[in-house]
Amino acid sequence: MAAIFQGVGAAATLSSSPSNSFVPKKFLTSPRRSFSVRKVPSYVVVRSDGSVNFDLNSKSRRAQQLVANAVATKADSSAASSSSNPGHELLLFEALREGLEEEMERDPRVCVMGEDVGHYGGSYKVTKDLAKKFGDLRVLDTPIAENSFTGMGIGAAMTGLRPVVEGMNMGFLLLAFNQISNNCGMLHYTSGGQFTIPIVIRGPGGVGRQLGAEHSQRLESYFQSIPGIQMVACSTPYNAKGLMKAAIRSENPVILFEHVLLYNLKERIPDEDYICNLEEAEMVRPGEHVTILTYSRMRYHVMQAAKTLVNKGYDPEVIDIRSLKPFDLYTIGNSVKKTHRVLIVEECMRTGGIGASLTAAITENFNDYLDAPIMCLSSQDVPTPYAGTLEEWTVVQPAQIVTAVEQLCR
Amino acid sequence: MGRMGFSPKHACLTDEKDPNRQKITNLTSCLLVSCQLNLHCEVRPPFSSKFPLPFFPSLPIGTKATKMSTAFSAANFSTQSFPLNHTSTTSHDSPLVFAKPTSQFLRSTRKLRLSSSSKLNLNRRSGTVVAVSDVVKQKKSKSTPTLLITKEEGLELYEDMVLGRAFEDMCAQMYYRGKMFGFVHLYNGQEAVSTGFIKLLKQQDSVVSTYRDHVHALSKGVPARAVMSELFGKTTGCCRGQGGSMHMFSREHNLLGGFAFIGEGIPVATGAAFTSKYKREVLKEADCDHVTLAFFGDGTCNNGQFFECLNMAALWKLPIVFVVENNLWAIGMSHLRSTSDPQIYKKGPAFGMPGIHVDGMDVLKVREVAKEAIGRARRGEGPTLVECETYRFRGHSLADPDELRDPAEKAHYAARDPITALKKYLTENNLASDAELKAIDKKIDEVVEDAVEFADESPVPPRSQLLENVFADPKGFGIGPDGRYRCEDPKFTEGTAHV
Repeated sequence: MAAIFQGVGAAATLSSSPSNSFVPKKFLTSPRRSFSVRKVPSYVVVRSDGSVNFDLNSKSRRAQQLVANAVATKADSSAASSSSNPGHELLLFEALREGLEEEMERDPRVCVMGEDVGHYGGSYKVTKDLAKKFGDLRVLDTPIAENSFTGMGIGAAMTGLRPVVEGMNMGFLLLAFNQISNNCGMLHYTSGGQFTIPIVIRGPGGVGRQLGAEHSQRLESYFQSIPGIQMVACSTPYNAKGLMKAAIRSENPVILFEHVLLYNLKERIPDEDYICNLEEAEMVRPGEHVTILTYSRMRYHVMQAAKTLVNKGYDPEVIDIRSLKPFDLYTIGNSVKKTHRVLIVEECMRTGGIGASLTAAITENFNDYLDAPIMCLSSQDVPTPYAGTLEEWTVVQPAQIVTAVEQLCR
Repeated sequence: MGRMGFSPKHACLTDEKDPNRQKITNLTSCLLVSCQLNLHCEVRPPFSSKFPLPFFPSLPIGTKATKMSTAFSAANFSTQSFPLNHTSTTSHDSPLVFAKPTSQFLRSTRKLRLSSSSKLNLNRRSGTVVAVSDVVKQKKSKSTPTLLITKEEGLELYEDMVLGRAFEDMCAQMYYRGKMFGFVHLYNGQEAVSTGFIKLLKQQDSVVSTYRDHVHALSKGVPARAVMSELFGKTTGCCRGQGGSMHMFSREHNLLGGFAFIGEGIPVATGAAFTSKYKREVLKEADCDHVTLAFFGDGTCNNGQFFECLNMAALWKLPIVFVVENNLWAIGMSHLRSTSDPQIYKKGPAFGMPGIHVDGMDVLKVREVAKEAIGRARRGEGPTLVECETYRFRGHSLADPDELRDPAEKAHYAARDPITALKKYLTENNLASDAELKAIDKKIDEVVEDAVEFADESPVPPRSQLLENVFADPKGFGIGPDGRYRCEDPKFTEGTAHV
């Protein structure tokens, strides 16, 4: 065990490593995943039950390389490709666009609606040039009327189209809460199953860099009670593209949460068509001592803290839950059964957040396996201040994560 | 009249005595307003001191009397400012400028307009004259009787309205007998709007309604049995008992709901119209001319979703008709007390679409207006806002004691019962005999009784139905601790699974 961590601690994060060849042969095949299968992970996602035979050495090293900072700004020579499958490198927002574009080519019923998605190319460039390619009706620039154009997307979905509604900022979707709650989530049920609503609602949310309170909202906690919808949060270019495609192909209404600060993450992703399962969690770093559950941007704070923890001798298992509703209790449960300690790190508010629900779910299902109470680190119940220092203190920082793990593992 | 492009009088009514011409008056006025996209009609209806807004005095339907045209007659027009052309300086009028087709989308819209009916030429100013005189010429050349409907149509309309009325009366009975619960909103008195509009639709056209949706469902073709079972909460209901009175849906008949919150359905209707346009322009289903009707009330016209959708529908020329069922009351809130400008039809031109006001107690007038509005939408000319002045004879819902409304007002509208009026019209014009109408009454009674029997005998939903329709793809319930999808759990299909 010591050898592994020694290697990790010493290596510079961006050094090229021999890990290019680490991928065992069985994972060189196409990373396409089928829905029902939890047994064929891609070479990026490793399930906790499948990881035992892995080359842990290079896997953990690879994980460290993937996340240099909380927000990756430099090119990362991702080791996730193998020699027979070079893949291509791109930024997260490009991955989203790629996924969207591929789905629009594949199915002419897929259309995009939102503010400034067409000619402007999207406020975060996720829909750049799509209007030129597909036309103004398929990439529709809407007036500033969130409630109504979300409702319009729902009506279009009911009558045969597959719209992708973009909220310029997730916070704006508060204005569409009526339509999302009453119609998006409920119409399949109240119509007795007659109408499906295969809509995808996506947009950037989360705390950015001094964007102010109203542009820094986390709506996952507000939406999580709505029956009939699924929520997923992407965190890497790989899962961003995969989740986007899966969400578009899904017959259920899906809300895809992106994060403002993650749009420039770079990663090498496969060339082939692939999707990420909407209901599954992602094993980021297998470990033995403590399970850290996280999603979206906090994944990077956790991985940064993991570096410190590893130096201190801890072995955290990091899982990116990805599916905020429903929770993947299988992956989470297996991890809990292994480590017996859980730390949840999220950017959501403390009260009624995703962490609160997750804590309840884990306690209900795996109470016997816990050696310590579940710890949940969330943002303060504070409107995000503008001042940089104050803003820093509202979200969970890596130092706090390290402290929490030390406390848990005492 | 000098400022107008033409005068209705001039267009068709030089001879006041000719009944054919006279009858056209109302149609003309409606067409006048409808064909001019930028029209702002400043007609002020007669305000009586007694009632809030009796736009129309009680007169027999289809009447040719001059009084009926008071609201829209030339005399009234002349006293009002009537900006028809682009260069008007009133604040209501924004000149309709054609944006340069810088994109495919706008270009395609233009193509649609060019290929639309040649009768309406693109010069907006003179469009109306052509349409009206064409209509007049058509009517003249057909040399048909001077009636608005044929016998078959008349009987169809009568049957539909009687079905609506009888059904709603039966609902009230069943409610008080404890067969249905919750909020039930009845449509008595407003049948002319539902019948007048929906009977002109094809099956593929969509209808979006509010919580007052039983009769819209029936007019659209949903069987009375299915609606009654839904109200009883039985599994044979159109929504398997899961929707209830306020959520009637039918995929087969393209009834897109049934919405409990007011204004909620309007964006959905806009979406359905968007799909129709998308199918034609992107998916290249060239013959797709499906139209959507959105029904809602006067209270909704103060809601943001209404205005947002008027804007979007006009902006993209969506094939939709916004039908306002102005029954003057939103539960206990009078329309006058809640609206700064109570004339809802005026809000259409503000967004670049025609706004028409029609007597909603007269099914024939509604039908004529509906034909034009639906025709406009089908031809790709865009949306229309139609305000139907109507009235509900009962309270807002069966739980509403209905104490606020003036009995004199109720009596005034009761005298204009649309069913009685149509009956009179049919018999007076020898389109149907009393016996035929009575036969229809009897038939409808049987249909409604049969519906109640069917609903009574239908089973209640079993527990296994509880979780079935939450997700179209039940994998949405996620993966359970045992590694399997929750929907694979046998308890899931029994409805007892803990999800």
